[in-house]
Amino acid sequence: MAPFAGYDMPISYATGAIEEHAITRRSVGLFDIDHMGQFEVSGPGADAFVSGLVSAKILDMVPPMARYSLLLDEKGLVLDDLFIYRMPDSWWIVVNASNRETDLAWFTSHADRSVKIVDRSDDTYMIAVQGPKAIELLDAVGTPAVSALERFTWGNIDIAGVPVLFGRTGYTGEDGGELFFPAAKAEFLWNFLIEKGEALGIETKPIGLAARDSLRFEAGMPLHGHEISPAINPLEAGFKWACDFDKEFVGKAALSEIAEKGLARRLVGLDVTGGVPREGYEVADASGKIVGHCVAGMFCPTVKKYAANAFVEPGFNKVGTALKVIIRGQPKDAVVVKRPLYIPAYRR
Amino acid sequence: MSIDTKAKYAESHEFARLESGLVVVGISDHAQAELGDIVFIELPAVGKTIAKGQTFGTVESVKAASDLYMPVSGTIAAVNEALQADPALINKEPYAAGWMLKIQPSNIAELDALMSAQDYAKAIGEA
Repeated sequence: MAPFAGYDMPISYATGAIEEHAITRRSVGLFDIDHMGQFEVSGPGADAFVSGLVSAKILDMVPPMARYSLLLDEKGLVLDDLFIYRMPDSWWIVVNASNRETDLAWFTSHADRSVKIVDRSDDTYMIAVQGPKAIELLDAVGTPAVSALERFTWGNIDIAGVPVLFGRTGYTGEDGGELFFPAAKAEFLWNFLIEKGEALGIETKPIGLAARDSLRFEAGMPLHGHEISPAINPLEAGFKWACDFDKEFVGKAALSEIAEKGLARRLVGLDVTGGVPREGYEVADASGKIVGHCVAGMFCPTVKKYAANAFVEPGFNKVGTALKVIIRGQPKDAVVVKRPLYIPAYRR
Repeated sequence: MSIDTKAKYAESHEFARLESGLVVVGISDHAQAELGDIVFIELPAVGKTIAKGQTFGTVESVKAASDLYMPVSGTIAAVNEALQADPALINKEPYAAGWMLKIQPSNIAELDALMSAQDYAKAIGEA
């Protein structure tokens, strides 16, 4: 068990991190992600309020759409990344565990009386069901069938009498979804899904934090505190696509200024030979000059690469650029590669 | 956790087992379980002489990198090349296919100073 944002969470189960990663890529992985926070934003001013606070275009959304967005401060730095669900009379916003308190304070400080913000994190449990057979499993145990829902939409379903908000979303690069339901039903639903998977002959296993990280890393998804953070702006991290410059939002002015000045660094993927790159390791050019640092790195089980995400100075970000990662004092060969290393199943 | 009764053990969890005059070195089953899935290993060049207690390489698991220490002094007579392609052998068979080094010991008496299998079992709370 490891402490993660105040929660005790397994790094891996008895299965082992590499095998857990493989199971999610070939069948179904179950992720206990109750640490994620959920806010419900409603009221007559809610639409304008949320739109003004988050970077993505959201006013075109109608139920049952769900969309990724960033939350920026006035300097254009990334306070958090969010998943935003357009509900009939409200916005359901999923935030990262480690940022729940600061996000809530940020939301509340920007709200007026026309907006109601409720932190639903404590009474809501969240389990992710991910993998090529996840939809088959959920269709078999719940009603109505979730296979009818498109990627990035939600539906209300019933699983064994438990009312579940299902989002066809995830953080692994596989198909599947994320389940929101009353916290009191957590243990029941978790065991139910594992037992039903077994009974149906669909391999279904619990997946720990280490595999969750390698799955998201391969699929090119950011982890707050690494590829994005309050010290990183979305342009250098490659998230311009999540910023709608046709609307007003907190941080927009700063981003425009940053874009005009030019970026001081860029996020790249590195394929490393001769060692495992890790967060904090320096990146050098051929002459040995330090030109950046790794923000995440690991062995990637599906693509079988030792890879890192690193911020590097301009001029070193082109695919094919030969660099070095300093691993315990030794420069090891690295080459800039296209991200993501693993194309998400739903984008193929 | 399995313990190879034919081997001796260092406090840093390497095992050392005398086999036809050479000392076979790897890490214990307990150590591999603590590290979790091993994804990379760096081993020394054959012919290199390294003293007892000095690092001879690094093993990297999903979680972290860990140094490996010589349980006895000597010259590297062989390294297990199969681990480069499949470092998970250390997880699967730490005492057999997951061996790391064969050392030509320079002072075989150093082997006697290591923990016996029984003492090691006690040290890791298995006895």
